[in-house]
Amino acid sequence: MALLDVRDLNVRFATQEGAVHAVNGVSFALEAGETLGIVGESGSGKSQLAFSILGLLAANGRASGSVAFEGREILNLPEAQLNKIRADRIAMVFQDPMTALNPYMRISDQMAETLMQHKGLSKRDAVAQAVVMLDAVKIPDAKNRVRLFPHEFSGGMRQRVMIAMALLCKPDVLIADEPTTALDVTVQAQIMDLLGELRRELGMATVLITHDLGVVAGFCERAIVMYGGQVMEQSPIDPLFAQPTHPYTRGLLAALPRLDANSTMTPIRGNPPNMTGAPTGCPFCPRCDFVEDICAVKMPPLTTFAAGRARACHRPIEEVAA
Amino acid sequence: MSAPLIEARDLRVTFDIRRASDLPWTTPPQLRAVNGVSFALEEGKTLGIVGESGCGKSTLARALIRMLPAEGQVIWQGETDLVPLGPRAMLKHRADIQMIFQDPLASLDPRMTVGEIIAEPLRTHRPKMGRKERREKVRAVMEKVGLLPNQINRYPHEFSGGQCQRIGIARALVVEPKLLICDEPVSALDVSIQAQVIALLEDLRRDLGLTIIFIAHDLSVGRHVCDEVMVRYLGAMMEAGPTEKLFTAPQHPYTQALLSAVPIPDPVVERAKKLIALEGDLPSPLNPPSGCPLRTRCARATEICATTPPTATIEGREVFCHHPGPAPELQAILEHD
Repeated sequence: MALLDVRDLNVRFATQEGAVHAVNGVSFALEAGETLGIVGESGSGKSQLAFSILGLLAANGRASGSVAFEGREILNLPEAQLNKIRADRIAMVFQDPMTALNPYMRISDQMAETLMQHKGLSKRDAVAQAVVMLDAVKIPDAKNRVRLFPHEFSGGMRQRVMIAMALLCKPDVLIADEPTTALDVTVQAQIMDLLGELRRELGMATVLITHDLGVVAGFCERAIVMYGGQVMEQSPIDPLFAQPTHPYTRGLLAALPRLDANSTMTPIRGNPPNMTGAPTGCPFCPRCDFVEDICAVKMPPLTTFAAGRARACHRPIEEVAA
Repeated sequence: MSAPLIEARDLRVTFDIRRASDLPWTTPPQLRAVNGVSFALEEGKTLGIVGESGCGKSTLARALIRMLPAEGQVIWQGETDLVPLGPRAMLKHRADIQMIFQDPLASLDPRMTVGEIIAEPLRTHRPKMGRKERREKVRAVMEKVGLLPNQINRYPHEFSGGQCQRIGIARALVVEPKLLICDEPVSALDVSIQAQVIALLEDLRRDLGLTIIFIAHDLSVGRHVCDEVMVRYLGAMMEAGPTEKLFTAPQHPYTQALLSAVPIPDPVVERAKKLIALEGDLPSPLNPPSGCPLRTRCARATEICATTPPTATIEGREVFCHHPGPAPELQAILEHD
């Protein structure tokens, strides 16, 4: 049994312009200790997917489908029951540490809160544990700096604080939503290094949500590529990068500039999809070079075509080439 | 050889940081955002300015076009120094130097139509141009950047980020500038759209013979676009030279750390890669380290780095370092193809 089993997950937002279909029928399984990347551009639904798992959608959002954690359904659980899982079993690291941390609370208080709530520790013990965790994320002079407020840290240090906070209860699953997007590249490298180290030490399963294929290549074992709220391709990373079979994945890789080679930066034509209204057909078809009549009418099902690899495409690349 | 299109000589930008608690007769603390920059840019070339936040790359661009007061010299076409010019004298040169900005939507007036936005520089710089001719020019430039003529009466919010950036580019190009300054033009865009805008800029450069100053924090984009690259850190120059040399054989420890940190979309390369880490955090720009600004975080730092600011050392390119040299751990990655 998978640790986290997501089946046919849908997320809709009610807006004045109509229902925005942010996530459409996404299914995946996360095994214990695994690192999974969820890659997509803005509007692909990758963050809303993560928020819906922990019941963090905005008030106008509704999730349907199924999310099973250790075999138990957790989607749309009442708040009180979700709070037993949040931070304790499934923890999250957010994109912007400045807005995710409470600016009015000392780091010690914010971190102790989690431990007092979930582990029933005294304030004193909880703060002591918080210091140990801040040491583990390599914050120098953690003993004294635990008394500081979030604004007294640099961006990179704040993200370390957030990671420390997420790991306090030694969760089974860590969901990191664009943890380094707001950071400079040298700081990003340090944070990803740290996350990898802690993950190996604690053996937790990690879901990394990102738009950066380079970060996925360095961190994950497996990745899901999303576009327009749907899964386009799912694969272990080595074959995904070496032989992408979905036209979108291939287009994305060809559009990327590369530091280590003279890249072509071949653009994908057209514009990102409008997510209002129910999707008909493949969301990528208006931009796809291999589009056929059926693509606009029917969303191709996610089909397994090799060990651990699946894709949703009527005209995958090797068929076009053949 | 003809004179360079634009040349900066020892350009400096300093901000007074007066806090509310400072008494009026005291000298306010000063922040040196740009600390003595010199470069010369030939016509038709693209110069990249790269570095992380706080390195002064945007301030430098703004100083060049006199959006900020600066000291030093900016020589335009080998003749005019732009720094001492008053607003009226400067206006004559503004049509020749245009800029596009990072946030495509925020840099467009939400209450103006696309047509009005693109026509505005014409109204300023070609006041005698007739209405009909102006409309023709706007249509022509819209077509050139890949916008449809029937979008002329729409408002910015009706466009996606990539299209807004096209509008920004059209506005810059309508007065036929010689120099285009691009301040992080694709940082806010998705990968697939980013490639579209870069391709557009390259086409325009080729067709119109544009000279470009390209500011970026993304080194991969920098490598793709630029002929020459300047790497900056904390207001100071670290390394500058031809793109190919700088990216395949960097000599400065900061350039090397920066290159090693960039994630590469290839799992095989990523696994083989070794990170050259910088120790600690970025120092406060209000109180930068003495000598070389990198010395507090540099593995190669010795006593001389604290006392003497380094000067350029290696032929054919500038390396502001007392201990330049190749990084063996980096070569394996940069030469793998």
